Amino acid sequence: MSANLLAIFYLVSGVLFILALRGLSSPETSRQGNLYGIIGMIIAISVTIISVGNFSIGFLYLIIFLVVGGTIGAFIAFKIPMTAMPELVAGFHSLVGLAAVFVAISAFLNPEIFNLGFPGDIKIASLVEMSLGAAIGAITFTGSIIAFLKLRGIMSGSPITFVGQHFLNLVLGILIVGLIYYLCKSQSENLFWSLIIISFLIGILLIIPIGGADMPVVISMLNSYSGWAAAGIGFTLENTALIITGALVGSSGAILSYIMCKGMNRSFFNVILGGWGATDDASSKKSSEQKPVKSGNADDAAFLMKNASSVIIVPGYGMAVAQAQHALKEMVDSLKKNGVKVSYAIHPVAGRMPGHMNVLLAEANVPYDEVFELEDINNDFANCDVAYVIGANDVTNPVAKTDPQSPIYGMPILDVEKSKSVLFVKRSLSPGYAGIDNDLFYRENTLMLFADAKKMTEEITKSL
Amino acid sequence: MEIDPFIFRLSIFILSIFVGYYVVWSVTPSLHTPLMSVTNAISSVIIVGAIIASLAGNSKEVFDSASIFGYLAIILAAVNIFGGFLVTQRMLAMYKKKKKDK
Repeated sequence: MSANLLAIFYLVSGVLFILALRGLSSPETSRQGNLYGIIGMIIAISVTIISVGNFSIGFLYLIIFLVVGGTIGAFIAFKIPMTAMPELVAGFHSLVGLAAVFVAISAFLNPEIFNLGFPGDIKIASLVEMSLGAAIGAITFTGSIIAFLKLRGIMSGSPITFVGQHFLNLVLGILIVGLIYYLCKSQSENLFWSLIIISFLIGILLIIPIGGADMPVVISMLNSYSGWAAAGIGFTLENTALIITGALVGSSGAILSYIMCKGMNRSFFNVILGGWGATDDASSKKSSEQKPVKSGNADDAAFLMKNASSVIIVPGYGMAVAQAQHALKEMVDSLKKNGVKVSYAIHPVAGRMPGHMNVLLAEANVPYDEVFELEDINNDFANCDVAYVIGANDVTNPVAKTDPQSPIYGMPILDVEKSKSVLFVKRSLSPGYAGIDNDLFYRENTLMLFADAKKMTEEITKSL
Repeated sequence: MEIDPFIFRLSIFILSIFVGYYVVWSVTPSLHTPLMSVTNAISSVIIVGAIIASLAGNSKEVFDSASIFGYLAIILAAVNIFGGFLVTQRMLAMYKKKKKDK
């Protein structure tokens, strides 16, 4: 196959990848989009194999490894529960990162096959590109592993910070630049290995100070990194499909990070430079005095909702933890039988990754046209009879609008307090991730339901 | 004067960033999780580099120091490609509209 024809095919698969993302603009076109993505991938892989034209024993191994990896991937894809989506995506990011590192290593060790020069005499531009690809890939790899461990609960979700942390990161960052510079001058293999090891280290150091509820930003950021790593390798291999894809994924992750940061009213650097939990001891102590709280049981809640004309459900991470989405759907179905209008309100940072709540509700067969984003539904709280808050906390805290001292001041919140009554399902009065007391607990119109989200929802359904 | 091919690749790269920017902003927020899983799947197109690394070498050994990394990358990328696309498909299949007959 001629080089030109090959390039055309790569361009085609790049365009198909763009269409794959384009399809996601609405659920109806999304499945078609995913198909485009798959076709694009098949084209890219097939033309590469044909152009290399090596159908010896090595090809057999390639097929075997493809099947082995594919089987593992397919197995995971079918077995994974929807609640575990965040850690799955984090895990997959780590694989892309590591694959980028491996490809960069083989390009460094055997540059002839990629037409990049010879060992010890690699073109400077290629060397810079592969170093960047390897470094970003390595950061993505270890960073995603840490994110995975935190999301999975194997590692504590609380931020790990130590003195001089940011200084150390800065030094390591500068060291990377220095190493790439000397690598270009000396072409030394040891420098290349050091570069990768230090990048692994940066990935770990970058993610450990970030707390659990900031994970939506982290996952999006790592998504972005995996794209830039792919683009770096794409430049090295002079491959259009990789360059296009890398740019797409890179900007996609960056936009998601931006949306998530905006959802918390925090700057990107504020999130990256460390978690919330550590800084606001004062504000959580201040409010620890006893305030009257109204609490109720499932029957009270059922009574309230049955007599309501409209109910808005506000799900949060707690719903995912309790796996309460199916129970919730059942409750909503019985409410609807009673003639109650029900909709769902989703805060941009609800859950542990962008769109996390939407997937869980979709899994429970909630039609997507009953699910609304913050800006589309926020005005409706004023006209709604009951807001049912299940597993959300900080995103409903009115303090974000009233108290300039609060760490979450300015964060867009769901105006739950405006509804006639609020049912707040929660296990205890303990503050949410941000460590701030929720004003909503003590309001006249709030009824606290102290229980596990799933159990409470099931009980309510029974009493309906 | 001849233009360095690098500039062409750079142009593609920059333009793709803009395409990505506009395309991703038009993705509905309720599909952000499938967006992440599908971007993850397509970024595994890095497998083309792995295929070249493992097959294009001249050495008589199937596994030399360079190709072994290629093969490892193939396994990783294959997990991602199949896992990523299939899990996206599984998620997207769940997004349904309200039934009208209710």
